[in-house]
Amino acid sequence: MIAQQYGLVGVFALIAFLFPIVTLAFTWLIRPKRPNPIKQSTYECGIETVGDAWVQFRAQYYLFALIFVVFDLEAIFLFPFAVAFNKVGWFALFEAILFVLMLFFGLIYAWKKGALEWQ
Amino acid sequence: MVGQVLFILVAAITLLMALGAVVAKNLFHAALFLVGVFFGIAVLFILLDAEFLGVAQIVIYIGAIATLIVFAIMLSKNVMGKEAGAYNRNWYAAMAGAVFLFLLLAWLLLKAPFQMVSADVPADAITQIGQGLVGTYVVPFEVASVLLLVALVGAIMLARER
Amino acid sequence: MDLRSIGEAFIAWLQGLGIPQGWVLLINWLLGTLIILGFALTLALVLIWLERKLAGRIQDRLGPNRVGPFGLLQPIADALKLLTKEDITPADADRITYNLAPIIAVFHILMMFAVIPFADRVVGANINVGVLYLMAFGALGTMAMLMAGWASRNKYALLGGFRVVAQLFSYEIPIAMVMMIPVLLVGSMNLNEIARGQGSLFGLGWFVWVMPAAFLLYLVAALAEGERAPFDLLEAESEIVAGYNIEYSAMKFAWFYLAFFLNTWILSAVAATLFLGGWQGPFVDRIPALGVVYFFGKTFFMFFLFAWIRATFPRLRIDQMMAFCWKVLVPMSLALLLGAAILVKLGQQLAWPFAVTGGLLFVMNVVVLLVTLSLLGRYTRTLHQQQNKRLFTPELPRL
Repeated sequence: MIAQQYGLVGVFALIAFLFPIVTLAFTWLIRPKRPNPIKQSTYECGIETVGDAWVQFRAQYYLFALIFVVFDLEAIFLFPFAVAFNKVGWFALFEAILFVLMLFFGLIYAWKKGALEWQ
Repeated sequence: MVGQVLFILVAAITLLMALGAVVAKNLFHAALFLVGVFFGIAVLFILLDAEFLGVAQIVIYIGAIATLIVFAIMLSKNVMGKEAGAYNRNWYAAMAGAVFLFLLLAWLLLKAPFQMVSADVPADAITQIGQGLVGTYVVPFEVASVLLLVALVGAIMLARER
Repeated sequence: MDLRSIGEAFIAWLQGLGIPQGWVLLINWLLGTLIILGFALTLALVLIWLERKLAGRIQDRLGPNRVGPFGLLQPIADALKLLTKEDITPADADRITYNLAPIIAVFHILMMFAVIPFADRVVGANINVGVLYLMAFGALGTMAMLMAGWASRNKYALLGGFRVVAQLFSYEIPIAMVMMIPVLLVGSMNLNEIARGQGSLFGLGWFVWVMPAAFLLYLVAALAEGERAPFDLLEAESEIVAGYNIEYSAMKFAWFYLAFFLNTWILSAVAATLFLGGWQGPFVDRIPALGVVYFFGKTFFMFFLFAWIRATFPRLRIDQMMAFCWKVLVPMSLALLLGAAILVKLGQQLAWPFAVTGGLLFVMNVVVLLVTLSLLGRYTRTLHQQQNKRLFTPELPRL
């Protein structure tokens, strides 16, 4: 039963992945190809590039990504609970509330520590 | 039959991707190979009828963990875009560690008393996972939330120290 | 008049020809795939025309009107032009990653079409983890944009790539929490089951009536997830020119463009399915084909809303956008989720009639919305006062 539904997903994935490749190959056949160094230079509104584009980035982005990972995991834990919600009792609801509140305190902590400020 | 062929095919591709992640000279390419490995594992889960694990694998490992790894690469000074190479003078020690870990895992897998069940996966498997999380396995469930909280606090502490 | 029965009749006909079961299934999957993919690609052309025309009308312009009647053939002309354009790859780019990024971008968005229920059980793959499946392939799209930003080896592109991650990651949290509410009310992650669960009240028992604040929150977060104004910072022309796809040209750019429009449509379709009843509507139980009409009506209504907002609103600043997500949307979504869980459980345990639970849910939503709005209002007023005092050194907004 499950395999039947995912059979279509598999066939779909194969074709959806091959389709853009085939189209790009097709345009490669019909489009003009006249490269030159100026055309292929990095685009910065006509100004010449200074230094490499691959520079070190600010840790700010990493901090947001870490907070995201924590909340993403929380969501994954809660989804099966939400599916089973109609079949569980009071105690289970209490546990889930505890689970969410714990993360909510984490959010408040991050807020108070200024980790949510974008500088 | 078809299932077995598919399994071998996907497993082979996944292993090749893993190999690529190890030997790729560019760290960003290694991370992309890792994404391929995660995707392959998700497909293996789905081939085993574990659909929830399959999509959760993609959401967490590709959506969150892999992107975090890419970020870490981009944030480290003088690493991005440079040819890092898989070898340095400590590679013997790393190899010994990897072989030891592999042997340990193989031994555990051979020793473990896996029970073969020929029954189909129940249709309400996700409901049962949910009931298990707040029923039988409630302590790990709550501990996981504490763990996530600790991870959050730790990340903020580390990032604030600069 | 049932689309489902046409498919079943086709399978029966194939089996009648003496084709083995495995091949029948394979032919079935292949046909389903081709139909859905063909639909998705045609849809992209229509959406591009529609959005340009709508934006034109809203901004007192004509929009496309040269090629074909009402400019209807404009997207086709554009597609032909993009097909035959020279493709410029920057010399510095990381070629493999650079070429892979648009392929993944199209792949991730097309994959989502496989689980959207167009009518009762008229769906590519009726899987039990539909909601999570959508989240999973959304995450793959973020990866594609990050790849494009890195591989172009261009400062604007890399900055755009980083903004993609910061923005899409942040807004994925409230959107996941809000998508959990219909899952909780129905008890299934199957998109078709969620649509079926909204069939009360003569096919009008949609979740938007009981959870209006959740629907609004989804709408706002979807604007950010779809990279649309006022949250289109990752392609802000005035700041980073075009963002992660700046170095892409010809067909590779076209793929990113197509992924952008289809993404908006998918977000509209998910909103329609989770909150507006999907294919549910009056008489749909008697005439199943009506479901297609209802589904497309709701989805295009949502698309119209998105286009309207994009044509009207100015762009936010990045610190405002991040603060709004983490300090407003995330707490609000958690409050809505917990409130809904407690009220529904109370209703179940005390055996309240459905109308009472629904009414209480509605009241809870209004209260959460009003509290959020009043807090926001108070904050903006103090902000204005501060700015009036020190006119030339406006402070960064703090909440």
